[in-house]
Amino acid sequence: MAEDREWESTETAVAELHKKIKEAFEVFDHESNNTVDVREIGTIIRSLGCCPSEGELHDLIAEVEEEEPTGYIRLEKFLPVMTEVLLERRYRPIPEDVLLRAFEVLDPTKRGFLTKEELIKYMTEEGEPFSQEEMEEMLSAAIDSESNSIHYKDYITMMVVDDN
Amino acid sequence: MGSGTSNQHHFAFQNAERALKAAALIQRWYRRYVARLEMRRRCTWSIFQSIEYAGQQDQVKLHDFFSYLVDHFTPSSHNERDFLNRMFTEERFPKDLEMEKCSDYNSIEVPDNYTGPHLSFPLLPDHATALVEAFRLKQQLHARYVLNLLHETRKHLIQLPNINRLSTCYSEEITVCGDLHGQLDDLIFIFYKNGLPSPERAYVFNGDFVDRGKDSVEILMILFAFMLVYPKEFHLNRGNHEDHMVNLRYGFTKEVMYKYKIHGKKILKTLQDVFCWLPLATLVDEKVLILHGGVSDMTDLELLAKLDRHKIVSTLRCKTRKQSEKLAEGKRKASQMSSPGRPTPWFLPMSRSLPSSPLHVGSHKAHKTGRSSSIPCSASLDRKELSQQVRRSVDLELERCRQQAGFPLIREKEPVLFMAEADSDAEQLLQPTQEEWKQVVDILWSDPMAQEGCKANTVRGGGCYFGPNVTEQLLQKYNLQFLIRSHECKPEGYEFCHNRKVLTIFSASNYYEVGSNRGAYVKLGPALTPHIVQYQANKATHMLTTRQRISRVEESALRALREKLFAHSSDLLGEFKKHDADKTGLITLSDWATAVESVLHLGLPWRMLRPQLVSSSTENVLEYTSWLEDLAKEQLSHENIQSSVLETLYRNRSNLETVFRILDSDHSGFISLDEFRQTWKLFSSHMNIDITDDCICDLARSIDFNKDGRIDINEFLEAFRLVEQSCPEGNTSDGPQTTNTDDSSCSRPGAH
Repeated sequence: MAEDREWESTETAVAELHKKIKEAFEVFDHESNNTVDVREIGTIIRSLGCCPSEGELHDLIAEVEEEEPTGYIRLEKFLPVMTEVLLERRYRPIPEDVLLRAFEVLDPTKRGFLTKEELIKYMTEEGEPFSQEEMEEMLSAAIDSESNSIHYKDYITMMVVDDN
Repeated sequence: MGSGTSNQHHFAFQNAERALKAAALIQRWYRRYVARLEMRRRCTWSIFQSIEYAGQQDQVKLHDFFSYLVDHFTPSSHNERDFLNRMFTEERFPKDLEMEKCSDYNSIEVPDNYTGPHLSFPLLPDHATALVEAFRLKQQLHARYVLNLLHETRKHLIQLPNINRLSTCYSEEITVCGDLHGQLDDLIFIFYKNGLPSPERAYVFNGDFVDRGKDSVEILMILFAFMLVYPKEFHLNRGNHEDHMVNLRYGFTKEVMYKYKIHGKKILKTLQDVFCWLPLATLVDEKVLILHGGVSDMTDLELLAKLDRHKIVSTLRCKTRKQSEKLAEGKRKASQMSSPGRPTPWFLPMSRSLPSSPLHVGSHKAHKTGRSSSIPCSASLDRKELSQQVRRSVDLELERCRQQAGFPLIREKEPVLFMAEADSDAEQLLQPTQEEWKQVVDILWSDPMAQEGCKANTVRGGGCYFGPNVTEQLLQKYNLQFLIRSHECKPEGYEFCHNRKVLTIFSASNYYEVGSNRGAYVKLGPALTPHIVQYQANKATHMLTTRQRISRVEESALRALREKLFAHSSDLLGEFKKHDADKTGLITLSDWATAVESVLHLGLPWRMLRPQLVSSSTENVLEYTSWLEDLAKEQLSHENIQSSVLETLYRNRSNLETVFRILDSDHSGFISLDEFRQTWKLFSSHMNIDITDDCICDLARSIDFNKDGRIDINEFLEAFRLVEQSCPEGNTSDGPQTTNTDDSSCSRPGAH
């Protein structure tokens, strides 16, 4: 869903953003009362085209939460904040080449792959560590079972194609 | 050395920092990827659900329409009268004598070369187990045994109360399973994983055993067999699909006729009765209530326990009469208000049951504020006055339908307004009261909702949405702990709601598509703590990654959605044009989303789905005509077919099939040309299609391939199964292709 439109901050643009945000929000609004579980906010934000880190996500959530956190986020609070985020084009997605370079940093000897153990170690011990579930999920798609490794260039290509 | 080490440390530190950043980047990217997968999954689910529920609504509306016609249409010729009489007038549950005849299986011979399972009665546990094994090996049970089994089943069911009681004192564990919908693999899996039924292992199957899947017959045979073998421990509840009217649409009737070409009719007739005798609910330890749909704020367990459940033949209110013509005439006029159970059809301006616009239901999440009862409800106005008003608007409506259908005008007869004593005693005994019917509909069709209150279930067209307070009220009133119900497909096979007081359990895995959802069953021990077991009965899905699974299901959903879009091509075109005042041929993508929703009313997140539905869009705009053409190309293998007839047929395909099956009351598989024409006229007047009589005749003639005056239902439907059809060249219409309904020309369908 790569969108390369240049938005002017016209009223129509904002109105359109509002519609988009509301739509995404409503997918998770199970009770049809303009609230979503706070645990789903990350999914909503990311599916709107943003790619925040966990830390950035927590900051965002803090912005849209109630004074006394209820476990639910209301559309009224979410909408203006999210509109700003989109207008400012914050948390832009990561381009393919940058992603590739990140993998290469982890593969300094330039083998072209990471072993399963290495991947697990990096993903669960470094950065903003994965949960066990996240790790397993990534492994299932990434690891080539014969070599027990991830050929990251191919992996990236596959994932990016799928994304569209 | 020192500086060397510190340099090393420096580099090491830098490297570590870089690694950390790199890892963080990859994680960040990956989490976004997963989020988008999740969003796709949710959207896909919405697509399936909204299409499914829209279909259910259609069914109810169609049914209401025909019921209404049957009641109010004053035929102008005896042909018409006969025709209408035949619709929906079936053998009422036959009296015992007829019943005997029907299930007279003894006369059916089982040939020597039959290799399927044999049954002898009384059934033994081994027989039931052998059945499971035989079906697993894809054998088919002979019609004689089917009928025999059904006969015994009926005898057993008759003795059962409406609400069965189970106790964990006797069977230590009770396993409750939800909808199976003809998916034999799931049933076999459950028995494999959980164990076969036995005195120590009680089972409750909570309705919807049939329809949609391809092995409904086999599932019924197994369930009935085990019920006969372990009557105290094996229990069945009726679901909304244990209903011959619903079966007409959703595939069970078709399956039976296909598998049992000679005796299918008998089997269906018997089943119709057996379904009525299925108990309505099961109560475990007086604490856990198990029923198929849900409850309403009016649910009265005492009434439910007392009523004669057998009277409720179909929850779609198929009113059945079979009487002399004269009586029928009088009845129709009197039945308007005197019959206690006649629902007010939705399209009458009087109707308060449903919103006046037929498709105005929105997403299944958009609960309409409304009355706290299920559809319909009888008005409490002065009956005579109401009757007059009804009569007037009925006449108006009739006129319109009649004109559209091309029937000759007849002179208005004097309205006969009298509060006749409703029906003869005999007739009355055969019908449930309004109250009784509503109680049963509620427990078979309702769905829980998150908000408090109780509203009409406009999405399904029957039952209601019940909130947590309704549940609480009921549990307290009858001193219960929680409710187990089914009726709704859930991605994980189960779902708790209402503060864990309501458990939905759904046992048909991969219901919408391979990989769409898990199935589940729940076990209750003496402590009554629910223990859920999930599964997915398809080896293939285990091999797929989440991503692949979601892609497959998604593709299936999108295909279904594109089909729906195509079926509404004309309406969509009209709507797009409204947004294109300057006639540029382009609309913005935003307008596209608005337009599509206003036509389809599915309540889907169109902006999210757009990239998958609209492949060709430059900038921010879409050339809508070519988009529609692309859609058509996908659905039709023959170019240039774009006629309102075909499109309408496509849109109403499942309706049509249902209608034909209703018409074909003897399940012969044939309807006469005349019946076809009459049907089409009625149908088109309801569906707002302007088609000339000639067109209909042409259509009918061209479908009657062997010119014997009969149309084979299957052939007819096949002829219009446009996706696979490859039309011979040169069979397009001679005239202009118009989708303009003013011009009543229609192109010849590509029949050969």
